[in-house]
Parts: sequence; structure tokens; C-alpha cells
Amino acid sequence: MSEAFLSIRDLKVHFPTTDGIVKATDGLSYDLEKGKTLGIVGESGSGKSVSSSAIMGLYRGTNAQVSGQIILEGSDLLTLTDSEMRDMRGKDVSMIFQDPLSAMHPYYTVGNQIAEAYKVHNDVSKKAARSRAIEMLDRVGIPQPDRRVDDYPHQFSGGMRQRAMIAMGLINDPKLLIADEPTTALDVTVQAQILDLLQDLQRDFEAAVIIITHDLGVVAEMADDVLVMYAGRAVEYGSNKEIFTQPQMPYTWGLLSSIPDVTGDTDVPLIPIPGNPPSLLNPPKGCAFHPRCPHRDKVPDGRCATELPELLAQGSVPTHLSRCHLTDPDRVYEQEVLPMIAPDRVGES
Amino acid sequence: MFAYAVRRLGIGAVLLLSLTLVTYFLFFAVPSDPAKQACGKNCNEEQIEQTRVALGYDKPWIAQWGDFMTGLVKGRDFPADEELRANNPNIVTHCAAPCMGFSFVNQQTVNEILSGAFPISASIAVVALVFWVTGGVLFGILAAMTKGSFLDRGLVGLTLIAYAFPSFFIGKFLITYVSIKWGWVEYPAYLSIEEGGVSGWLSSLFLPALTLALLFLAGYVRITRSYVLESLSEDYIRTAKAKGLSQRTMIFKHALRAALTPLVTMIGLDFAGLLGGAIITENVFAYNGLGVVALQSFTSDDLPTMVGLVILIGSFVILANIIVDILYAVIDPRVRLG
Amino acid sequence: MSETMSTAPAGGAPAAEPEDDAILQVRNLKMYFPVKSTGIIRRTIGHVQAVDGVSFRVPAGGSLGLVGESGCGKSTTGRMVTRLYEPTGGSIMFDGQDITKINARGLKPLRREIQMIFQDPYTSLNPRHTVGSIVGAPLRIHGVLPKDKVLGRVQELLEIVGLNPEHYNRYPHEFSGGQRQRIGIARALTLQPKLLVADEPVSALDVSIQAQVINLLRDLQKEFNIAFLFIAHDLAVVRHFCPEVAVMYLGKIVEVGDRETLYNHPNHPYTQALLSAVPDVSQATIGGRRERIRLEGDVPSPINPPSGCRFRTRCPIAKDICAAVEPPLLQIGPRHKVACHFPGEIGAHPTEPVTQRLLGVDAHGQPDPGASPVEIPSGPGYSDTWFDLRSNALGRS
Repeated sequence: MSEAFLSIRDLKVHFPTTDGIVKATDGLSYDLEKGKTLGIVGESGSGKSVSSSAIMGLYRGTNAQVSGQIILEGSDLLTLTDSEMRDMRGKDVSMIFQDPLSAMHPYYTVGNQIAEAYKVHNDVSKKAARSRAIEMLDRVGIPQPDRRVDDYPHQFSGGMRQRAMIAMGLINDPKLLIADEPTTALDVTVQAQILDLLQDLQRDFEAAVIIITHDLGVVAEMADDVLVMYAGRAVEYGSNKEIFTQPQMPYTWGLLSSIPDVTGDTDVPLIPIPGNPPSLLNPPKGCAFHPRCPHRDKVPDGRCATELPELLAQGSVPTHLSRCHLTDPDRVYEQEVLPMIAPDRVGES
Repeated sequence: MFAYAVRRLGIGAVLLLSLTLVTYFLFFAVPSDPAKQACGKNCNEEQIEQTRVALGYDKPWIAQWGDFMTGLVKGRDFPADEELRANNPNIVTHCAAPCMGFSFVNQQTVNEILSGAFPISASIAVVALVFWVTGGVLFGILAAMTKGSFLDRGLVGLTLIAYAFPSFFIGKFLITYVSIKWGWVEYPAYLSIEEGGVSGWLSSLFLPALTLALLFLAGYVRITRSYVLESLSEDYIRTAKAKGLSQRTMIFKHALRAALTPLVTMIGLDFAGLLGGAIITENVFAYNGLGVVALQSFTSDDLPTMVGLVILIGSFVILANIIVDILYAVIDPRVRLG
Repeated sequence: MSETMSTAPAGGAPAAEPEDDAILQVRNLKMYFPVKSTGIIRRTIGHVQAVDGVSFRVPAGGSLGLVGESGCGKSTTGRMVTRLYEPTGGSIMFDGQDITKINARGLKPLRREIQMIFQDPYTSLNPRHTVGSIVGAPLRIHGVLPKDKVLGRVQELLEIVGLNPEHYNRYPHEFSGGQRQRIGIARALTLQPKLLVADEPVSALDVSIQAQVINLLRDLQKEFNIAFLFIAHDLAVVRHFCPEVAVMYLGKIVEVGDRETLYNHPNHPYTQALLSAVPDVSQATIGGRRERIRLEGDVPSPINPPSGCRFRTRCPIAKDICAAVEPPLLQIGPRHKVACHFPGEIGAHPTEPVTQRLLGVDAHGQPDPGASPVEIPSGPGYSDTWFDLRSNALGRS
């Protein structure tokens, strides 16, 4: 795995506050191969967005403490100087954001903002940058791009704005695209359009994509690999199939059992995860999920409350990692969890 | 935009006229006798009555306001009493439309008084504006960029100290030290452009403008600082950063542009207010601008001048508001005038 | 203009159906917002037809889900039902009383009976008031309890929604998003309403918290027999909560039916596209992916909506008739109505407009002089006769 395109090693992003240190991301490691999509799921405060903003170097110049390694094609982004990192941003790694309305400057035209992203990394004339922006708008499916290029963001619909953001993100042909909740602010039919577009473009541009979302459905449709985060740490990591068909971590089980679906049996009750997400100022000792975990009593000696489990391969698949003290997660899933979330599938797998 | 401006101007005109009406009403609602004031100290009852008739103060206030309106539209002759004019043609003053009245205290039409004083106030206001906007915005950005640092606190603190001092104190201080003791600039006396050329005009305005600018600076530093900081935390700044833009482009192109709207509002209203005269500063420097006129007209119950000032200052404020609203639409493409 | 809507309208609404159990009956409700010109004199030059003739009913203690994408008019409908807006047209019957044009004084008692839960638990609670005073405010405003009893009731309510009753003295910012939504729910429950209008009650919450709040609402509904008008864009949440669901598009209901029918056998192409667009986890858990129906373009402007069927500009099966004639909301099953000229399940839409004979037009929507149009019921609720798609005729169950 050492030759991975992107390797994150023990990434920590800590924010000092007057009340103490907020450990937004606390020791995150993963690998991503070129042309693959990694889905990072978690709830608010899980550190999914913070860790990715750290890859972009967006915390440089703030009081955040970022440590660990972010190795992109062999070079550690955290060791770059500010100006080297600035050259990298928007060119080798780029990012699209959740709310395309607030992510674009309301006072400048869409074309201006897209062209700006091109101009800053390429020594080209204004006119060339503009025609490149039109080309990109066309590429992401904006009708009449030569006319719409002079529109302001508010004149675009939500879906078109997100397309424009994608155009901005891809204009320099980046190697890595980070999409932070790219469809959360959009309606479902528009979301479907944008997800399709992202998949098409990824095939063409051959970029690696990190898609950050709270929506398991989006991850299920988009991601090759899935990383589940809780309280600043990875709690489960594996291929799409492994995570959705044989999840090992009680938090992942909780997520799966608490989301309603548009198909299947309506009588299956939603089983929420009890309690609230932990404070990052003062996270629980041991496994951060243990206060909400319905399976903690299965682990002897109350280890869940005292000892942080390692992120390890638990089952037969060596690339499927989870952070849990349960000795036999697959059996617990099949016997206790699956009957609750999909009674019709018990015994299938 | 044109239709919008016309509609707003129409509303503004109506507003102005109501303002004059209110001024007339209030003037006569207070228990003082303008005829007695105009007549002088040693007048007896009869003379006072004569003055009252001569100046038209004998008519009901609403009729006087009607006369005033006639003057605005058609022009008027003074004194107001027709008989008096017929008997003494040599004392008649014709005041062409738009006539804002005749000040007996100054024996001049209000139009003459105001047109003499306005350039002085306007000159001070313009130069002061340039000082405080440049200073305020630059210091504000500097403070925002170095948020929490010694420089940030120093800038905000110093401008606040300047703000805390009354302007007559700052004015006196500048005259005494900068001009008299240290002799860095000449003793301030107003020179128009015709009299002193642009450089003479500018240097004559330096100290009074500086006095005013120091007063306004603190507000602009703070507002620029806080709006730049606020927009620096906006999502679109994060986007700009993610594009790989430099700190300078981010601040000057993206953050400052967003701070323009509140700045323009403040500038418009402050400037309009100042055009109507800076009472304290003009009096300290003895520059006969609108501020000095205002003070005099108030102490001498000079109704026509007061009404003239109300119209003038009122129009500035109304105009400034319209211009600010139009500028909004220019700055922010989301704003539609209508 | 003061028509009484207590009798069935001339539209031929079914009289047989026992509608007595409906706590809320909405008939042909409209909300038009004027659009002003920008000239010297500002004239009204058009209307945003935010809601244009919707009819539905909510049974006492039951729930109706209103789903649709942004701008479809679902929230505006909710605001009319709570009478935050005064409808432009149509009628709202609540508990046997016409509340469409009720005045401000008449509204006060109504506010006790119809309460609202909002989307954003952060902005809908006053940050300067304690939880106790927020939850207790309705009690004081309506003077229903003596002052010394208010605290006891507040604590009881906090307990009901699963909060620590001792926390009545805390401020909203001391609570998490999910807890704040519980506070909002407690406030809505204070006066024991008969109807709760829940506008996106869980969409601002984290996934694990969403389920908690949905379960809470469900328990409360059972315990206090509260009816819900449940407005949401999340089809899965609505499906889970509401036995009956109406789908809105551009100010109109395009399909309404019981949950099983609407989700498993949708007949309107918009409902079908909407459902196929939802990313589905249960498919992923068995390793499958569904085929999506791609909708092109964006929702048209409600100021100048398309003629005929409003969905036709994006509809994959639209034909001439769709631009010429607006499809009626036609009942095609015991509890299923659809507004489409070509209703049918995916891949099984008829080739000829089924509405042709009913409306007295030809296949292109042009008036057919020989035909005898049928009066199609447009009221809320269902009739016990409906249009049978197989025989292509109005029939009896």
C-alpha cells in the first residue's frame, strides 16, 4: 500500500479554544488510489470535513494545529511552504463545497470566478481564461455556456451553481477532487444529475475523488471505498460492498438502522442511535462511541470505556478494517442487527 | 434605474415640503416672538407690531408657509407687507424662484446666504471624506489582516481615542500646535479655488478636514475591520483560498468588495450630513460655512434661514439615500431597484 | 366574496365517503404572490403561483405527507394551513370550521389547535429565553393555566419529549440540534393541538438523531391522537411517517395515494423520477443499483408556468395533449389519484391519453365536438368509484 496515490497518516487537526483543545480530527489514516472514489461518512463533528480541508491546506494561517502526513504522489503536503501549497491548491487538488450559493462570490459573474481559478495557475490572457471557462461550463452541462458565463451566481439554479462549482474545481485538471457534501443542498432529482455528472467526469479526468457526506445513500452509489468517521477518528474502512453488506462497527450498524428507505418494508421500525454525538472538547475515554453503543456489554471488563480499540481487520477480508473490541462482529451483525434492519434478508448472505 | 430614481426623487420632494411645513409649525409653536427679535432691543410695542406686519409674522403660520411655497415656485418680493413695498420701492428686494426667503437678520436673501456658505462646508466635507475613507479603509484592512495582534489593537485603540476627544478640542489643538507653535502649516483661513488655486484651497482645508476626519476615522476603521473579517469567514473566501489565490487577492478582490455595501451606506449618510455644515469645526476654525450659518440663524430666531437650511440639508440626505440605494444595485448584482 | 364552504361544492364531490373523520379538509387552495413592475408607478404585472389549486384531507389523528422539491409550494401550503398566509383562493376547513378567511381575533383560539414545528432548531428558538419560558409561553399567552402551574406543565412536557425536566432553566444554545428540535416539539405540544404542521422537522438533524425525532413524533401522535401535515423533501422520511402521501410539483398535487401504492406503484412520471433519484442504501446492502430516470433541466418559473401539465417540459413521456390540456387529478384506485394524461407504472404508460374521453378532447388535446365531457371530482379525499385504467372507464370498486 506504500505506493498509494494519496496516503494520509495519523492526521490530526486540533483547534485550540478558550475552553480547551477541540480534536476535530485525531489520528486519521487512509489510502486512496488514482481514479478511485473514497466516500467519507459521518455526522456533524465527526471530522470528515475538517480532515479534507486539511488536505487542501485550508487551515494554514489559522491557529489550527495540523500534524501527521498527507502524502500525495510521494510528497508530504504538510511539509510544503505556504506558497508551494498555494500553487498546489486548485491545481493538483481542488475542492467543491456543500452550498454552491454561499461558496460563490455573489458580486462576481460565474465566468469571472471560474476563469480566476484558471488564470491563477496558468499564465494566460483574460480572454483565453474566459474561453476556457466557457468550455468547462459546456463540459459540465450548462446550456448556452457562452451566454451564461456572464451571469451572476444568483441567476443560476441550485443545480447549475453546483455544476459551475464542479467546472471551477476541474478547470486545472486536478489529480484529486474533494467534494464536501456536494449534493446536500440540492433537491433529489438535481442531486441525481450532479452525482451522474461527477461519475462521468471522473471517468474522463481520471482524478481520485473524495466524497464527503452524511448521506449513506450517496456513498452507496458513488464510492468504491468507504470510510466511516466518528468523533474525529476512522471507525470503519472498507470497500463499498464490505461496508454495506457486512458492516462490523456498531456505529455503522446504528447508521444503517436509523435511516428510512424508499423501498422495502415500511413496518420496519427505525432504530435510532441513542444519545447525542460526543463533545470534541472532552471526548469519552476509550472508544468514543461506547456511551451510545448497545453492544458494549458484550465486551468483558468494560474495556470499551477504558481502552481505545485499534483500527484492525476483524474478519476474513484483510482490507476491511474496523475499530471495535467486539470479538465476533460478523456474528453479532447477522444474528442481532440484520433482523432489525432487514428481516427479509436474514440468512441470505 | 431611471424610473426608480424619478420615483424616489418625487417621494423625496414631497418629504422635503412636509419638512418645511413641520419647521414652520414648530417655529411658531414655541413661545418666542420673532418680530421682537428682528426689531431689536429698544423697540416699543408699536414698533414691534409694525415689524411684525412688515415681516409678515402677523399672518397665521400656515398662510406664511403658503407664501414661502409661492416664493419657491414663482419668486417673491420682500418685505412681505404689500403696503410697505408700495410706499418704499427703494427697500424692495426681489427674490427669484426658487426663493427660499429673505433673512432680515442678515438683510440678504436666504439663497445668497446659503450659496455663500455652501462651498466652504462642501470643501471641508469633501477633503475630510477623502482623509477618513482612505485612512479608515486602509487601517481597517490592516487591522483585519493582523487580527488580534498589537497593530490591530493599536489601530483600533488610537482611532477610538481620537474619536473620544471632542472635535473643538482636536481643532484647537491642531491650530495651536500644528499651525502656531510648530508652524507646519499656515494659520487656517479659507481660500476658494479662485482665490488660492487648487493647492491653496487644499492647504486651507487641511486642518479643519483633518479634525473632522479624526472624528469619523474610528467608525470606519471598525466597520471596515469587522466587515472584512466577516467576509473572510464566508464560504466564498474559502472557495477563493481553495482556488489557490493569494492572500492579497482574497482580501482586496473578494473580501473588500463584500464590505463595500455597508461602507457605501455609511459614507453616503455621513457625507450628506457634513455637507449641511460641521457646526463645531467651522466655528472653531471660523470658517463661515453652513454650520456657522445654522448656529447664527438659531440664536437669532431667523426663520427664513432656518427653513432654507432644512431644505438644503434635507435634500442632501434624501439625495444621498437615493444615490446609496442606486450604488447598492451597482455593487451587488442581486439587488434590483424597484 | 364570503361564500360558505360548509356544503359540498358543485364539482360533484362524493357525498358517500365518510369525510367526518377529517380534521383538515383543503379544497382548491391557491396562493398567488404578486410580482410588481419596476416602472415609475409599480403595477402588478404577474403572480407567482406558489400554490395553485390543491385539495387534500388529513384524518383526525392521522398523517398526510406533502413531498416535493424546493419551490413546489409544499411549505406555502403549510403556512396557509397554519394561517401564517391568507390564501388567495380555495378553502380550509379545520375541525368543521372554515378558517380560510378567519380574522386575527378568530385566529387566536385556532393557534391553540394548530401548531407548527419548524426545520431549523437553531433559529426558531429565541436564544435569550430559557427553555422553560419558550415552552411555557403559549400557556401564558393563552392564559390556560394559573401562573404557578406553568412550571409543572413545562417540566411534564420536557419529560414527554425526552429531555431532562430539570433543564427548564437552561438556554437553547446549551442543547444539541436534536435536543433543540425536541424543545420545539414540546413548545408545539404545550396547548395540546389537534393538528401539527411539521415543515421539514428532521432535515437539519444528523442521521442518527433524525430517527430519534421521527420515533418521538410517532409516539406522540399515538399518545395524544394528533394529526400531522408532514412536509418534507426527503421521500424516505415521509414514507416512514405517513400512511398517505401527496407529491407536489410547481404548485400542484401531481399524485396522491396511500403509501404502498405511491411508493411501489407510482403512476405519475414525476413521482417515478423522484423515487428513482433517491440514493438507496438497501439496494447497496444487497449489492445492487437501481436505474435512475434522468430529469433534464430545472423546474420552470412559477410566475409563468408551462401550459397544460406543468411537468410536461421535463417529462419523458409528454405528448401534444399535455401542452393543450391540464390533466385532472383523476382517481385511479381506491386510494390513489394521479394528474397525468398517461398514468401508468414505469414502462407501462398508455400510448393514448386516458383522459381524452373524460375531458371531451381528441388525442392532441383539441376540443372534440362529439364528445361528452364528464365532471371529474376535484375535492379532497377519495370517492368509492374511480377510473379503472384497465377498462379505461369510470367503474365501481
